[in-house]
Amino acid sequence: MASLYERLGGDAAVDAAVDIFYRKVLSDDRVNGFFDDVDMEAQAAKQKSFLTMVFGGPNNYTGLDMREGHKHLVERGLNDSHVDTIIELLGATLKELGVADSEIEEVAAIANSVRDDVLNR
Amino acid sequence: MARVKYNGLVVEVPAGRSVLDALLDRGETIPHGCRAGACQTCLMQATQGTVPAASQRGLKAAHRERGLFLACSCMPEEDLEVCLPDTQQLRIAASIVGRRALADDVMELSLRTSEPFSYRAGQYVTLWRDAELGRSYSLANLPQTDGLLQFHIRRIEGGAFSGWIHDSARVGDALDVQGPMGDCFYTADDPEQKLLLIGTGTGLAPLYGILQDALAQGHRGAIHLFHGALARDGLYLHDSLTELAAQHNKLHYHACVLHGDDEPAADIRAGDVGALALERIGTPAGWKCYLCGDPTLVNGLRKKLFLAGAAMKDIHADAFLASGPAPRDPLND
Ligand SMILES: Cc1cc2nc3c(=O)[nH]c(=O)nc-3n(C[C@H](O)[C@H](O)[C@H](O)COP(=O)(O)OP(=O)(O)OC[C@H]3O[C@@H](n4cnc5c(N)ncnc54)[C@H](O)[C@@H]3O)c2cc1C
Repeated sequence: MASLYERLGGDAAVDAAVDIFYRKVLSDDRVNGFFDDVDMEAQAAKQKSFLTMVFGGPNNYTGLDMREGHKHLVERGLNDSHVDTIIELLGATLKELGVADSEIEEVAAIANSVRDDVLNR
Repeated sequence: MARVKYNGLVVEVPAGRSVLDALLDRGETIPHGCRAGACQTCLMQATQGTVPAASQRGLKAAHRERGLFLACSCMPEEDLEVCLPDTQQLRIAASIVGRRALADDVMELSLRTSEPFSYRAGQYVTLWRDAELGRSYSLANLPQTDGLLQFHIRRIEGGAFSGWIHDSARVGDALDVQGPMGDCFYTADDPEQKLLLIGTGTGLAPLYGILQDALAQGHRGAIHLFHGALARDGLYLHDSLTELAAQHNKLHYHACVLHGDDEPAADIRAGDVGALALERIGTPAGWKCYLCGDPTLVNGLRKKLFLAGAAMKDIHADAFLASGPAPRDPLND
């Protein structure tokens, strides 16, 4: 079966998903403090490669990048509860895009698989 | 820790520190400006080693291949050998052909380049007075066959470049032009799309260029231009924009002043330009937005417009970052 990435509509669909997802992240007081002073365009590009990865699209995401990219946030208090929130917002994004619950669970499982890298454990 | 060789010197650059700061620490003279990867004043070239991709963001492919990079954004991961680039190949000669006061503190500067220079109105260039003093300015006019470039330059108290332009530059003086850079320009991909242009101060310069481009290319959707100034005198194109709007039904010019001390005129609104714009247009979803000028305003509005529904790809922003002092070296604190 085609990956969720292909079924959603590939690259252009991920752009739309990034906008919805990033808007949710920036509006959520549980996590938006981590995004206060970032370059929005660079951040959107990172979210795009993250979503492409969890949707099963072509990506070159590595655990090492994940660790390096979040180290400074872990120092600022990033923990499991924040990862939970991000996965919740990712699920809400997919729901808005009409993705079935069973598939949302699969995506959440992939996102969950990088939790230890993100939290530098 | 990486070692960077420059001009016969070997400099150790701790992780997370930029090549620019490391060289400045050692007393080297490296031209630089915004320190944020925008102005490209600190362009250098790597002759040995590979620079991080982040330090080549926004550079032309041909320049990336030659190893050019931005020293302010280069936190080296491996040893490098670097030099200042051959400026002959990056800059073209120009001379001042006109200076005209648009307001007390805004000068329209006209240059003519010695050779054809291709750009899109709204992009910016680095203007070099000499080998050391270079600053970014936005192109306010459409490309002309005779190589005429126009800029709106605001006087900054104690400013090296703007002070020179306002007080002592003369017609005939020579300058170098480097660029163009940036993606703040009109694209005709959807001639029906509504355009929202918001700028403060001389942030109007690129917007004026974009506006003329959109009109010249026959844009059909509505165009709303919001110009924000501290006071009435800062609305330096008020009369010509009012006239232009009278000639084009789709063009709406909104003049906004922050301090309405004297009763603002009927055609001038008092208040924050971003808030007034959002109030006037409602949701920006589906609009193409251009934001230029004061960095705090531009970055704040970028977020507000995005959260209010504008797509990320439809927001183009140029923050007029000032050339700042160096961040302190954490190791020497
Ligand atoms: C992409 C880009 C496009 C730009 N386009 C334009 C343009 O079209 N027109 C234009 O007028 N400017 C524009 N600028 C700003 C311009 O590049 C210079 O920063 C500005 O003209 C000041 O340079 P200066 O040499 O006169 O002052 P400097 O000698 O650099 O600064 C003198 C002192 O004033 C401070 N300072 C600098 N700017 C400000 C400010 N805005 N408010 C308060 N203090 C300040 C500095 O930190 C310093 O302490 C742009 C900047 C960027 C990054």
